Amino acid sequence: MKMNQSVRWWGGFLLAALLWVFVYGRLEGFAEVLVSSVGLSRALPFGEALYFFIYEVPKVLLLLTAVVFVMGVVHTFVSPERTRAMLSGRKRGAGNMLAAALGIVTPFCSCSAVPLFIGFLQAGVPLGVTFSFLISAPMVNEVALALLFGMFGWKVALLYMFMGLAVAVLSGMVIGRMNMERHLEEWVQKLQGSAGPGSAVPLAMVWPGRMREGLVHVKEIVGRVWVFIVLGVGLGAGIHGYVPENFMASLMGREVWWSVPAAVLIGVPMYSNAAGIIPVVQALLGKGAALGTVMAFMMSVIALSAPEMIILRKVLRPRLIAVFAGVVASGIMLVGFVFNLVL
Amino acid sequence: MLQVKILGTGCAKCGQLADTVRAVIAADGIAAEVEKVQDMQEIISYNVLSTPALVVDGAVRSAGRVPSAEEIRSMLAPRTRGCCCKGSSGASGSSCC
Repeated sequence: MKMNQSVRWWGGFLLAALLWVFVYGRLEGFAEVLVSSVGLSRALPFGEALYFFIYEVPKVLLLLTAVVFVMGVVHTFVSPERTRAMLSGRKRGAGNMLAAALGIVTPFCSCSAVPLFIGFLQAGVPLGVTFSFLISAPMVNEVALALLFGMFGWKVALLYMFMGLAVAVLSGMVIGRMNMERHLEEWVQKLQGSAGPGSAVPLAMVWPGRMREGLVHVKEIVGRVWVFIVLGVGLGAGIHGYVPENFMASLMGREVWWSVPAAVLIGVPMYSNAAGIIPVVQALLGKGAALGTVMAFMMSVIALSAPEMIILRKVLRPRLIAVFAGVVASGIMLVGFVFNLVL
Repeated sequence: MLQVKILGTGCAKCGQLADTVRAVIAADGIAAEVEKVQDMQEIISYNVLSTPALVVDGAVRSAGRVPSAEEIRSMLAPRTRGCCCKGSSGASGSSCC
């Protein structure tokens, strides 16, 4: 019976993968046919908006499903406990880089940010290294990367990933250098270095079970963000069809130097997931907004948010929260400026 | 009496885990006491990094996810002394020493 189950999982996976490839390759043609079948042309604003919507929504959802499934499987290999063991006692620099990289693949939910933060410090992971992880984990996440890949292409997705990692590494190093340990809440200070890096959790998982976790992850993530994708792409479609070309150039264009700090200031307190923000931002890009400004806005919305600060307030004193937000926001601004200058 | 603790600070998954555990306990007629632990310092005392976590008789059995009812059943099953197998979620459940 166990054998049977395994065969069923693998068979199902293969079938789903084939179906995925088949459907994904035909989306463009399908949208084209559908738009012309209702008597619209892509030359009309409404036709263009409709085409954009019909093509982008399933494309992004398919990509997201695939990426989230793979990440769900990856998560069964990289537990936070394992990551902590790898990071404990690391030096600044290399430790920050490893922490930022592990932030991409380690399962992370902002609701367990506090136990994770304390658990890291307890096992002797330096404060700056812990911050590198805490910045990279929410910012460089699979939803953002899948959407960027779907809507902007692989170059921008990769660029976002490397820039996100750079912000995480640099911010962590700066915070580490500032010796902020005394701005942790007192009970947290006492816990620092009090435990070994060992794991309390048995990780007994084998293959078909890993696929089940992938599926659970898909249900959870795609089940939560699909609404935002539909809304975001809908809004983006409207912008695509109706907002005049170069409309954004005077506001978010490359020549407007203050647009980067303004974008970050607006983005920091905003709380939206990548799924809602990326389609809108993509549409703005087509209307003359500069890539660096758009990137900075996106990063600040995803990486920093008011609810996260409130959660972290349990372990950090206000001073350290301010430093954390300030350093990350500056890093993001720097990314925006560099992009606008270079590209 | 089995002492079951659900560690978590009130996220959606924590509720799901509690529900699944209660359902398994009720279905199997296990004598168990289920307690939800929300206090951060107590959660941390279990050396758990991600919530929700399931603690059975003082031992952390799972963290950061909601296991299937089947897995939870094996986590709640009394562990034979000296046994080295880790639940029946895998393929080699029968080769227990």
